[in-house]
Amino acid sequence: MEFLDYLPQVFTWTNLSILVLGTVGGLILGATPGLSPTMAVALLIPFTFQMAPAPALILLGAVYTATVAGGAVSAILVSIPGAPANIATLLDGFPLAKQGRATEALHYCFISSFIGGIIGVFVLIFFTPVLADVALQFGPSELFWVAVLGVTVIGSLGTTSVLKGLFAGAFGLWISTVGYNPVVGEERFVFSEHLTGGINIIAALIGLFAIPQVLTMVEESSRPGSVEMFNMEQHKLLASFRANLARVKALVIGTISGVIVGIIPGAGGQIAGLIAYDQTKKFSRDKDTFGKGQPDGVITAESANNAMVGPSLVPLLTLSVPGSPTAAVLLGGLLINGLFPGPDLFTVHAETTWTFINSLLVAQVFMLVFGLTISRYSRFVTRIPNHVMAGAVTVLAVFGTYSVQNSMSDVFVMMTLGTGMYFAAKFGFSPAPVVLGIILGPIAETNFLEGKLIAESGDGLMPYFFTGTINVVLVAFCFLSIGYSIFSELRKVKKQREGAA
Amino acid sequence: MKRVTDVKMKKIWLTAIFGLVLPFTAAAEGYPDRPVLVTVAYSPGGATDFQARIVTMMAAQEPYLGQPLVIVNKPGAGGQVGWNWFAQRAKNDGYQLAAYNIPHFIAQSIVFKTKYNIDNLEPVANWGADPAVLIVNKDSQFNTAPELIDFAKKNPGKVTISGAGQFTGHHVAMLQLAKATGVTFKYIPTKGGVKALQRVLGGDVTAGFNNLSDSYRSRDKLKILAIADLERDKDFLPDVPTFKELGVEVDNSSVNFRGIMAPKGTPPEAIKTLSEKIPPMFQDKKVIKKMKAGGSPMRVMTRDEVMAMWKERQTYLTDLLKDLKKK
Repeated sequence: MEFLDYLPQVFTWTNLSILVLGTVGGLILGATPGLSPTMAVALLIPFTFQMAPAPALILLGAVYTATVAGGAVSAILVSIPGAPANIATLLDGFPLAKQGRATEALHYCFISSFIGGIIGVFVLIFFTPVLADVALQFGPSELFWVAVLGVTVIGSLGTTSVLKGLFAGAFGLWISTVGYNPVVGEERFVFSEHLTGGINIIAALIGLFAIPQVLTMVEESSRPGSVEMFNMEQHKLLASFRANLARVKALVIGTISGVIVGIIPGAGGQIAGLIAYDQTKKFSRDKDTFGKGQPDGVITAESANNAMVGPSLVPLLTLSVPGSPTAAVLLGGLLINGLFPGPDLFTVHAETTWTFINSLLVAQVFMLVFGLTISRYSRFVTRIPNHVMAGAVTVLAVFGTYSVQNSMSDVFVMMTLGTGMYFAAKFGFSPAPVVLGIILGPIAETNFLEGKLIAESGDGLMPYFFTGTINVVLVAFCFLSIGYSIFSELRKVKKQREGAA
Repeated sequence: MKRVTDVKMKKIWLTAIFGLVLPFTAAAEGYPDRPVLVTVAYSPGGATDFQARIVTMMAAQEPYLGQPLVIVNKPGAGGQVGWNWFAQRAKNDGYQLAAYNIPHFIAQSIVFKTKYNIDNLEPVANWGADPAVLIVNKDSQFNTAPELIDFAKKNPGKVTISGAGQFTGHHVAMLQLAKATGVTFKYIPTKGGVKALQRVLGGDVTAGFNNLSDSYRSRDKLKILAIADLERDKDFLPDVPTFKELGVEVDNSSVNFRGIMAPKGTPPEAIKTLSEKIPPMFQDKKVIKKMKAGGSPMRVMTRDEVMAMWKERQTYLTDLLKDLKKK
């Protein structure tokens, strides 16, 4: 209970005002397409040069917490995931908004983020010593299987046909190989100079989700009579709380997935949300409602990506091995303040460290309060006419893409993928499997290549990838996941045949 | 508590106001009369980016440049995207600079068809030098570098060494070690130094070459066997021998030098101003304090010194990497 001793340190005026600033700023940054949590934290580090260590870390922690949740706002309202972590939120969040339930969806998003986030930080507080070494158990072979497990859910993601999902996923895996391979050091599929840097995940994300949406808006607004304006139901906050807490299953699956993925180094929130979404869908009685506005989808995805925040700091604070890309950037923030990860952090620098961790708890509360406040005004966004919205989203998409790495090539890639996706969507393809392919491709590939190199000078390929408890468990999960998909697909086909007969 | 913050706030305001006013006063004196961009070819938050932001933080103050140096990140392909862009597209008017990493960019320009090489870039000044160190896991059977080398001699192809990617300082250090001892090691390139360190901590590889600074921070979980530099590191690791002391011919060619460069054709007056004012800026007390806090070893070098170092590396690496290609 050491953390309680340091709790009062958070409640000084300076620290509280920094928390408010960080949370509100983080929510806005997170909602801006292209500004992922990783970017936001990286850009803020120079601003902390002039600050004392504790307030500096509080600011970074608050921004990390709030940007992860803020990314859901644009995902739900305008169908652009603020960050890769919010893809799964979008799958049901945007359909909900279309049905006029945007406020409700945002309520679920912030309430679930809060619950997941608090539990995540408690895992950090109580289980750090136990879990620290778990992170190191994940070598190349284990991470390869984690990525393969992710690939097995591709087919069932946000699409009606498994085959189309697999095609889209395979396309995503393929384009993820474009560019320079860090292990072999060779360039691949670089047809044009714009592709030397590979396909940037944020650029792809914005293009695949936002551009088809823009084109559809333009298409619809030019057809008179069919102008579809969101009807906005005002939703009572209390009702949202009650409805949210009643969906225990989605919350539990989301939080557990988030915690586990957070500890695994190098996986990150994007995978947490998607794995939680897939599991919730598999355990749900009405699978068909997913992707069409099922609140469970939003709840599980958001509880997962915020539950990831706390545990992703476990390996960081103890071993200086970051559990997520954002945690990797946060490492820079720690170092610059003279806080070297390791045992010193909890002894010599205990005060700063615990103030930082406690502030993460308080940041969750602020995030909830300000998030719910923002939700009330979401109706203004949904009342914007389609043609104005299309323009605004295009500007945001171009701006957001360019700002990721100041590269015009990324904007071309974004536009090309987006236009392609618009036509592919007409044939029933959906963007989620493509993005998942782009995320998982490099994890699977680099870890396989690294593992192969290590295995060749050791016990050989097969024993390296197929022995060890974690490997065996992960392989078993992969088979279960594939088996279940085949089983449920067969059952669906059978049902349809019976229905037809 | 509150009063302290007030003073601090006042300081921040003053700096901000100075930053706004100074450009107009400095403009009369000529270059630079507006902010100067510095391209960093790695992602925000990485070691190069992080150090570049610290060493340039005093630029807007007098007697330094009187104008801020603004960091712009253009990451991708191990630095190739940013450096290609810089050599090809950056304006050579003195307002576009970039951070360099040696031996990375020279090695890449030898192995790949890059748009950059030491002939179309102009060094300005060097701020840091991070030597590679040979590390093993705390639980490893090896306690010294010779033990590891002996084992590798008896078990060819069985020793894996992790490092941060292809043609980086770590890779060069491994190649030098292999050449000097006549032993073959298996190099495991990872995406970045942190990942390479993680492979050693997790016991996935036999040993690793990693940054002195990062290894030093994780020293309670590692054994640091040797340092690939000409001298021992007196500040951080006084007890770790250099390879030369151990009788292994590995010099300082793998040391990761970081500094600032300009594109070819930048006006000589601009280069003169920069190369005079930037080294003292790197040595500002505030900069040194922040770099020390972050565990980042500094080595400030002037333009002439850097030029000589670039040329020396170019000759050496061409030879070393040619050997590699023959195999």
